[in-house]
Amino acid sequence: MATKYDWPAADDRSLIGKRHARVDGPAKARGAAKYSYDRNLDGMLYARLVTSTVPHGRIIGIDTSTAERVPGYKGHVNIVNVGDEVQWVGAEILAVCADTEEHARDAAAAVAVHFEALPHWVKEEDVKKAGEANRVQPAKDDTKGPDLEEAWAGADETVEGYYGLGIITHCCLEPHGQVVDWTGDEITVYASTQAVARIPADLARGLSRDESIGDVSADAVHVITPYMGGGFGSKFNIDTWGVACAKLSKMTGKPVKLMLDRDEELMVAGGRPSDYGNVKVGAKKDGTLVAYESETWSTGGIAGRGSPPLPYVYNNEERLAQRARHLNVSTNIGPARAWRAPNHPQAAVLTMCPLEDLAAKLDMDPVDFFKQNADLTARPEVYRYEIDKCAEMIGWSEKWHKRGDSGSGPVKRGLGMSLHTWGGRPHDSTCEVRIQPDGGVSVNLASQDLGVGTYTTLSVVAAETLGLQIPDITVNIGSSKLPISGASGGSTTVGGTTASTRRATVNALEELKAVVAEALEVDAADLVAKAGKIFAQSDESKSLSWGDACRKLGTRTITGQGKQPDREGGKLNDSGVGGVQMADVSVDVETGIVTINKMAAVQDVGLVVCLEQCESQVYGSLIQGIAYALYEESVYDQATGKMLNPDMEFYKLPGAGDIGELEVHMVQNKYDDRGVIGIGEPPVISPGAAISNAVANAIGVRVPTLPLTPDRILAALENA
Amino acid sequence: MVSSRHPHDGPASTAGREPRKGFSRRTFIEGVGIGAGAVGALGAPGGAQAAGAEVLGPDPVPITLNINGKNHDLEVEPRVTLVDALRNRLDHTGAKKVCDRATCGACTVVVDGSPVYSCTMLAIEAQGRRIETIEGISSDDATMHSVQSQFVEHDAQQCGFCTPGLVMAGKAIVDGNARPSMAEVESGLSGNICRCGTYVGVRKAVYEAARGGRA
Repeated sequence: MATKYDWPAADDRSLIGKRHARVDGPAKARGAAKYSYDRNLDGMLYARLVTSTVPHGRIIGIDTSTAERVPGYKGHVNIVNVGDEVQWVGAEILAVCADTEEHARDAAAAVAVHFEALPHWVKEEDVKKAGEANRVQPAKDDTKGPDLEEAWAGADETVEGYYGLGIITHCCLEPHGQVVDWTGDEITVYASTQAVARIPADLARGLSRDESIGDVSADAVHVITPYMGGGFGSKFNIDTWGVACAKLSKMTGKPVKLMLDRDEELMVAGGRPSDYGNVKVGAKKDGTLVAYESETWSTGGIAGRGSPPLPYVYNNEERLAQRARHLNVSTNIGPARAWRAPNHPQAAVLTMCPLEDLAAKLDMDPVDFFKQNADLTARPEVYRYEIDKCAEMIGWSEKWHKRGDSGSGPVKRGLGMSLHTWGGRPHDSTCEVRIQPDGGVSVNLASQDLGVGTYTTLSVVAAETLGLQIPDITVNIGSSKLPISGASGGSTTVGGTTASTRRATVNALEELKAVVAEALEVDAADLVAKAGKIFAQSDESKSLSWGDACRKLGTRTITGQGKQPDREGGKLNDSGVGGVQMADVSVDVETGIVTINKMAAVQDVGLVVCLEQCESQVYGSLIQGIAYALYEESVYDQATGKMLNPDMEFYKLPGAGDIGELEVHMVQNKYDDRGVIGIGEPPVISPGAAISNAVANAIGVRVPTLPLTPDRILAALENA
Repeated sequence: MVSSRHPHDGPASTAGREPRKGFSRRTFIEGVGIGAGAVGALGAPGGAQAAGAEVLGPDPVPITLNINGKNHDLEVEPRVTLVDALRNRLDHTGAKKVCDRATCGACTVVVDGSPVYSCTMLAIEAQGRRIETIEGISSDDATMHSVQSQFVEHDAQQCGFCTPGLVMAGKAIVDGNARPSMAEVESGLSGNICRCGTYVGVRKAVYEAARGGRA
């Protein structure tokens, strides 16, 4: 049933779904945007962490006496204590502060921590060895669908293979950290976070655990984060360093800045679980997929973690016989954090790669194979449409060849594809919209812009609703004193915040219309706000400009409230999308180097709010996907237990010349009536599988594990 | 091209001081791996004083930095990098400290017309040079350089933390080449890393900025 809150019909949208310049673009392009790392407060001290140098050990001594004599030393707080165990290199032990950054480094370096070494384990790919080291725990064994034995017996072709991908780390360019200014009863926190509204309670809880501090109210904490330099799922909490930073501020009576160093950021503040596994798939001669079976294992640190949803996308429980077993490997490495679309990129590799291998064995074009089996997915129509569209964009029918059939020269070209899905439901959100007598409009909520375009989408929603333009709207986010809105995780922000903003703006406009109706002597229900005016639909001569309408308020400010969820609120958002991606690569079989020629992405997200920022999310996802497909991996050394590449020289990320041509198509005007659905996660899921499949198509053999580095390409060719 | 090289011409005239006994900052500097920079400024190992070279620090020394056409007097320890001097002492926070090892380009500033990684140049080395930072490119939204306005036009930014470095690298490309090819743009940007994945917009922005606007 239609309500007043519903999104305007397609013909009535002047801003929604169109291209708009990013509202915060100029501030960022001018270097004027102030991030947490950029805060310089009067008298501010600098803090550094002292961290574990052993992968597993018990702390038997902490000696700060030399550190306390370092010039400029101002204080330190323990994060763990003598007798405590540390479980990974880089684990936080204490924080020390000084008058300058240099002195803080000196002081941190002068702290001596003594450990009793305990046995450690940091490797998971060889699961047999990990098992011998007593590091493997069964995590899942799910059997669904038709009888598996019968399905295998009825399959005409089967493929069994080994597939996987290593651990990667978030590598946010602005590291984790914050500036804390504890003055009297007020604790102001400039935190690099994707959860502005959650940090006050998180910090208060962390501080209240310390008896010497006593109870701290979340209301005493004010988080300020207008800009933040990347999170990708790793910045939901205040973390031990945030609590330590606040304690140092209380102890010294000064503001304190504690931002992680790059090596700390890579070792302990990020981490996407690996996943490796043996997968078997089977199909009928005509290409009908009948069975999927996997035994996978992964690590996300000491607690294991990271069970992928298998089989992925092609998972109809009525018709596909399926069994998925998973093992957790416990390792002494920095604990995993949510990385965009947790477990889905791994699931895509562990499903789409064996399926393409099966298509090759069946002598089928993967486009035909994936389309033919689309009935095994939750969205057959969406995927069929997207596969066709994506194939057209990448020139599949002209360029595709059978596996390995790529000429006699050293450079082989190939195509590959993958499908993905994600929820993207709206998070809870509260918004207050204010209309001022001078015509000013502000949108107020304790959300955050991770770079996805929150400032822009909310400006568009309010302006569209009021018949104004983007510059007429001020969006106030990034302060925990504003109405509470959810953390930005799981692609939930755009759905939640646009719905609360739409409702708040509609409610505010209704109040303004009541004032205007009296002035124009018309029925308020007859009024519309459009093109900078409020006028009667029945008689357009009865009209006030936006400015004149607002002046009728005298000295009164209108406030409109909006909430998500709201059962009376109309169909503003939804959950569940599909996407398809294809890759065109060249592989030099003499050097093992893979080059991306082109990637194409087709993505459904329901109603697109800001087309340009939506596309930017997909472009960015393709590039992050190219990164984990070809370049980046956290490498650990069993002998020392250390990460070998916690820096940006050897933790490889692509540059502007490494990404080829990228083409993105957002599905618009097809599923708009579903409302707004999140875009942050879905497009980052498929690139790894699509690129791996393209490489297999090019060189004729499967390179089992990502990243597809030259040594692995050459080894796979050698073993073929 | 963004370069990680930094000149080792030595500092301009500054007051030298004897190294202090006790806790050694130089040991610390070498320990964290920026010894090359320290050696360049403080003299070659095992012979600096013997050769009569001036030894600075470890205590702060007065220096003058010419930033965006304006002189700034400050006192820094000789080991302080240009990016730390800009950010921590002068509140010029447009240049970001990300890798701190001359890899990612987020700290890119222009010194005497060439882009450099300010994390790998000592502040004392930057004396007597013309330092241009992102803050000097434009004072408000209305006066943005064409590279900056093209970044906005092509949505060449997400979280924005790498953006100032990429703008400085992009401006250096455009300043040095009126019509760079796309390959030249990519090569010129190759010293900068973006994690969100904005390169598609960044490439277009720099390419179009050299040509006066969107094609």
